[in-house]
Amino acid sequence: MKLTLKIWRQKGANDKGKMVDYNISDVSPDMSFLEMLDVLNTQLIETGDEPVAFDHDCREGICGMCSLYINGEAHGPDRAVTTCQLHMRKFKDGDTIYIEPFRAKAFPVIKDLVVDRSAFDRVQHAGGFISINTSGNTQDANAIPINKENADKAFDAATCIGCGACVATCKNSSAMLYVSAKVSQFALLPQGQVEATDRVLNMVKQMDEEGFGNCTNTGACEVECPKGISLENIARMNTEFLKASLKG
Amino acid sequence: MATLDSKTPKGPIADKWTNHKNKINLVNPANKRLIDVIVVGTGLAGGSAAATLAELGYNVKAFCFQDSPRRAHSIAAQGGINAAKNYQGDGDSTYRLFYDTVKGGDYRSREANVYRLAEVSANIIDQCVAQGVPFARDYGGLLDNRSFGGVLVSRTFYAKGQTGQQLLLGAYSAMNRQIGRGKIKMYNRHEMLDVVIVDGKARGIIARNLITGEIERHSAHAVVLGTGGYGNVFFLSTNAMGSNVTAAWKAHKKGAYFANPCYTQIHPTCIPVSGDHQSKLTLMSESLRNDGRIWVPKKIEDTLAIREGKLKPTEIAEEDRDYYLERRYPAFGNLVPRDVASRAAKERCDAGFGVNSTGEAVYLDFASAIDRYGKEQATIKGLDTNDAALVKKLGQEVVKNKYGNLFQMYEKIVDENPYETPMMIYPAVHYTMGGIWVDYNLMTTVPGLYAIGEANFSDHGANRLGASALMQGLADGYFVLPYTIGDYLADDIRTGPISTETPEFDEAEKSVRTTIDKLVNNNGTKSVDYFHKRLGKIMWNKVGMSRNEQGLKEAIEEISALRAEFYNDVRVPGEANEFNEELAKAGRVADFLELGELFAKDALNRTESCGGHFREESVELDGPQKGEALRNDKEFAYVAAWEYKGEPKDAVLHKEDLEFNDIELKQRSYK
Repeated sequence: MKLTLKIWRQKGANDKGKMVDYNISDVSPDMSFLEMLDVLNTQLIETGDEPVAFDHDCREGICGMCSLYINGEAHGPDRAVTTCQLHMRKFKDGDTIYIEPFRAKAFPVIKDLVVDRSAFDRVQHAGGFISINTSGNTQDANAIPINKENADKAFDAATCIGCGACVATCKNSSAMLYVSAKVSQFALLPQGQVEATDRVLNMVKQMDEEGFGNCTNTGACEVECPKGISLENIARMNTEFLKASLKG
Repeated sequence: MATLDSKTPKGPIADKWTNHKNKINLVNPANKRLIDVIVVGTGLAGGSAAATLAELGYNVKAFCFQDSPRRAHSIAAQGGINAAKNYQGDGDSTYRLFYDTVKGGDYRSREANVYRLAEVSANIIDQCVAQGVPFARDYGGLLDNRSFGGVLVSRTFYAKGQTGQQLLLGAYSAMNRQIGRGKIKMYNRHEMLDVVIVDGKARGIIARNLITGEIERHSAHAVVLGTGGYGNVFFLSTNAMGSNVTAAWKAHKKGAYFANPCYTQIHPTCIPVSGDHQSKLTLMSESLRNDGRIWVPKKIEDTLAIREGKLKPTEIAEEDRDYYLERRYPAFGNLVPRDVASRAAKERCDAGFGVNSTGEAVYLDFASAIDRYGKEQATIKGLDTNDAALVKKLGQEVVKNKYGNLFQMYEKIVDENPYETPMMIYPAVHYTMGGIWVDYNLMTTVPGLYAIGEANFSDHGANRLGASALMQGLADGYFVLPYTIGDYLADDIRTGPISTETPEFDEAEKSVRTTIDKLVNNNGTKSVDYFHKRLGKIMWNKVGMSRNEQGLKEAIEEISALRAEFYNDVRVPGEANEFNEELAKAGRVADFLELGELFAKDALNRTESCGGHFREESVELDGPQKGEALRNDKEFAYVAAWEYKGEPKDAVLHKEDLEFNDIELKQRSYK
């Protein structure tokens, strides 16, 4: 396959940045999208150019490090995958592909396609945990049976990989899906009840301080989420938040 | 050649850990506030250690090269975590987990460490549930288990195919609590480039800020490495792209012995290589072997027809299939340990029965599991068990519930539907049992420098059993290191803060800068990946699944030559003082080029076959075990710990003799 790539290049956080065109040939449909970028980078390095910076690590869709806005969609045209799991067979010979970073006020660009998602970490520092000491002197793991349906729902929420696609795709740059996934996980488990009030209030407060936008229930986040995190979690967080506010 | 002292406590094996904990020095809570600890790496081992040390009161500085601690590669572990809970009442016990792990490791691990691991395993599950880790549960609300290779009980706890993710997020949440309290200072996107030794003790690190390129000095009273394994020396592996040996290798160069580098786990169930562009390999969890059956055609003409696309695997009759693991190992069948399964796949493919175009793939087939589950569901629901379409549909639903994400991952990569046609798999480099040598306290040969998790060598011998890596990472980080490090730090309560303005820090920083400048100004013609791929090919072909004297000698020469070529011709674009991924990669590959040679040297020294290390010269020639790996306990029941002496070829061997008092050394039979 031969492709034209239009890629966002930005030297640093304070640089203005622009789209630059690249031509690439010998792309195999079996390559992953990031392997295609590897080929481009090898070309650039060997001809004396600077390679395109992009985040990636596990390349199997679980670490959440890779991002990219491809042809106007977070993680590209395929559904339920991260960019590293997107394969070139989803494109056609001769296609032009637009590649941009995840864009949001809370995710400043570091270089080219690499953005700073540390705002996500700070939301977790505010309450994304159960305050249990790691001494191991806890009760037996089977002491509290947990209804399978709730355990499964908590698991589904907990599969969020923190990639930020929800924020990138949201017209308001809202992080509600991300934050609600963690709030839901703990809200659905008996172990999470003790701190439920503080957790939701603190996490939401931090989310707002980081500059994420509000949720207007458009649902784009759910569509683009590589892990299929459900909008139901946002509803659950809103309930938790309301309960906590009334108590508070 | 010196003998190493493991400092294993005396007494009966079941009491060693308890007695040791009772006797070691403690640091009182007020004094812990005066002590700084650096933890490098935030995977299961590093993350859990950082959280626990901070909770105990130490001031922790944690480092990771990723943009968040949550992205460490432990996140990709799929299948599960072992624990001797005996919830299933199937005869499990601490002793049995200990026994299985030592046997699985082909009697090359340290007995006392493994017993301790088995002993604390049950605590891990309690701890994680209390943290909100959503393990799989049954309809009664209790925890579910499954079975993994090399064992005869169900002791593996899991969260679908994302167990590593859930456990890591648990450790990450424990870290977040401490970061929020200010007890952990987190340094994301930082790479450790050297250990600083002051008066013979590890007192800090030199790190590069990967965003700005700045070289930073960080001091502490002790340094803990939870920096993972070195499988990426093969270029293609199931490791993340960034997984590297740099921290461990720098520690080695500063005096930490490197133990058993040749012990590498080649995992039997990975998606086969599809072409030269391939950047990494994807694992299909071992848990799939609970239900999947591995086979190749019996007839060579069927194999050829499959490769040419003239025949589909589903069209091959049952009697024309060779379920070679069930044939060779009737007792364990498809659940033999990983090293055995990998070699068996290679044997069939080398004999010409590989089922894809490259001849390097075997089938992992779920048809009989789908049928079995389907009939069970039909019976439960009172439906017709003879309705084939219905049975298949019901069976597929069960399989989807158990392994859905893995099947989806497979389909995305290979573009085939594994519910309808068997998966194709082939062995790939996955885990390294070798690593930095540590004593019973997890301290390396450098005082104050510790290694935990995959980065050390101690618990898995020459082969790791499935679901034991997560167990070891968390055991080391939550329950072992936080105790044992106190014994060392008890001497440091009056030391006060460690200054970074000392000649030792000056020198370490200078050496880091020199290396970086050399790479950036090299102006060669080839990319870093070019060299990394070539190194990987040498490793895979000559130091891979089977090894022989001639190949290993060639590998040593070739790697040494490649290293020289690398320094001569590598091209690293960009500058040192900016975000520069090629520069970071170049530093990592430079270290792999040294480690690779030591790896081959270690493999050459060990003329026996054991676990993942298979020497073609050492096989059983007769009897029921004919063709199986032949261990040599008389000459090789030791840990090979290498001391750095300038070049890998000059490394000096030190031995730690392995004693087995509680387990009889036996031929490892899974037949």
